[in-house]
Amino acid sequence: MNLFKELYRGLIKENPTLVLLLGMCPTLAVSNQAINGIGMGIAATFVLVGSNVVISLLKNVTPDKVRIPIFIVVIACFVTIVDLSMNAYTPDLHATLGIFIPLIVVNCIILGRAEAYASKNGVLASLVDGIVMGIGFTCGLTVLGCIRELLGNGSIFGHRLVAENASTILVFILPPGAFIALGYLIAVVNRSLKKKTS
Amino acid sequence: MADKKLPSTFANMVIVLTLVSVISALALAFTYSVTKDAIAQVGVKRTLKALQDVLPEFNNDPVKEKYTLEDPEFKDIELYPARKDDQLVGTAVQTFSDNGFGGRIVLMVGFDAVARIRNISVLNQTETPGLGNKMTEPKFKDQFNGKDPSAFKMKVRKDGGEVDAISAATISSRAFCDAADRAYRALLNGGRK
Amino acid sequence: MEYLSLIIGAVLVNNVVLVQFLGICPFLGVSTKVQTAMGMAIAVVFVMALATTVTFLLHYNVLVPLKIEFLQTLLFILVIAALVQMVELILKKVSQPLYQALGVYLPLITTNCAILGIAVLVIRKNFTLLQSVAYAVGIAVGFGFALLLFAGIRERMELYDIPEAMKGAPIALVTAGLMSLAFMGFAGMIK
Repeated sequence: MNLFKELYRGLIKENPTLVLLLGMCPTLAVSNQAINGIGMGIAATFVLVGSNVVISLLKNVTPDKVRIPIFIVVIACFVTIVDLSMNAYTPDLHATLGIFIPLIVVNCIILGRAEAYASKNGVLASLVDGIVMGIGFTCGLTVLGCIRELLGNGSIFGHRLVAENASTILVFILPPGAFIALGYLIAVVNRSLKKKTS
Repeated sequence: MADKKLPSTFANMVIVLTLVSVISALALAFTYSVTKDAIAQVGVKRTLKALQDVLPEFNNDPVKEKYTLEDPEFKDIELYPARKDDQLVGTAVQTFSDNGFGGRIVLMVGFDAVARIRNISVLNQTETPGLGNKMTEPKFKDQFNGKDPSAFKMKVRKDGGEVDAISAATISSRAFCDAADRAYRALLNGGRK
Repeated sequence: MEYLSLIIGAVLVNNVVLVQFLGICPFLGVSTKVQTAMGMAIAVVFVMALATTVTFLLHYNVLVPLKIEFLQTLLFILVIAALVQMVELILKKVSQPLYQALGVYLPLITTNCAILGIAVLVIRKNFTLLQSVAYAVGIAVGFGFALLLFAGIRERMELYDIPEAMKGAPIALVTAGLMSLAFMGFAGMIK
């Protein structure tokens, strides 16, 4: 297994957010600030890695017909662990991400990887898959968060880059801006990927 | 790999699913017991910090002397008296408004001994970043400081009051005023013990 | 009156898809034809009302008395998955035409985060049972409304010449953004 190649797959070729278009809800909802994007990305990565490992460990004792409920229980378990820990140790981030933490359960990236990868591959491979997909998701979210924060608020990670009274394009931190920014971002990725292959 | 898979007989399904659920529940119960105290502390710490921010210097324990009002209008409102050498120097009122853009806004409004607003701290808000959440910035919230609500009309200018709303976030500003006003009414209706 | 403003708020002002970002996947996935959008919309209204009621009752009658609220996520998602299965089975037995109309959308609903989202949200908002159900119905109707509008727009978009890179998801997202912008206009309607 080529680690570098795996990373390229998770980050670019099969980037869950920008290419596979999975997990749209949290992507749009929490990307109004770069820091929220990172926070959400890390939380989801933890769940993804944990559930991938456990599910691949359990793959030989999982009866086929109840595999989805089992995946869901495992994922929900990790989500709750993240939820409780964030509530205890990063209360502010927990408050900002709000309902989208429990909703990691239904994030299609996680169930998708469980079904398509972890339930068929070994523990180590699943671990790597979880990490690279998590990084891909986190990067997608953070890039979108940076774009929206910069255009909408004139700052990145809370550092103001424009003059204090400069007017910014407020709409980008509001819900419509999420859709529009992500739409154009995906278009840019589409175009550059196509150029490469042709 | 697939050949080693456990067959989907009824017994197998029930056993595996039950085992997985039980183990998950145990893992969660463990996590819960580890994080429980820290989570409880988060709220307490936030309250203490807010009390110190909004109240004049005190040497009693306002959290211990916390009281609530019976009037249903002031449900969920908590009052924290601050005393210095047994003399009431101010009262902090934990108040809220449900009229916000993103849900409930919780404020801690500190009053001095003559019911003037001393300072306001935002305990909880989920307003839009860049718009409504500017209520946490001094530029907006500090305009209340030192004001006597009996003379200072706590409404945004659009509604005939004297508060400068956050631009493009009138709803959030209104909710903030609503919460602050409720705190003042609660104080008049039974506060200052 | 209170319930009316709750429902209007849920349908238009806090539209579940366009403002709260829940249920984006089905919103983008089944919105290419008005007819399928209709089927999905009806299925969601039904399941959302049912799921919110059941999870609400479970939360206050099981989790709270036993002080195991931390199992909320786990229990809710399992209940929703089970409910969806049950509805599918019952529909199959009771009404064949209804099953044929809605059946294919039901499995998709389990992973519709709007269902779990609203179930958790009504608990966080401290709603009563009646408020919760009204809110859930409002949210679901709002979902259906946005989905139908969006499907209508996308059907027309088929006819236009769109730049290669913008085809598919990008143009759909930008369209949704413009719709969301339009929905912001409803913000002044209540309160």
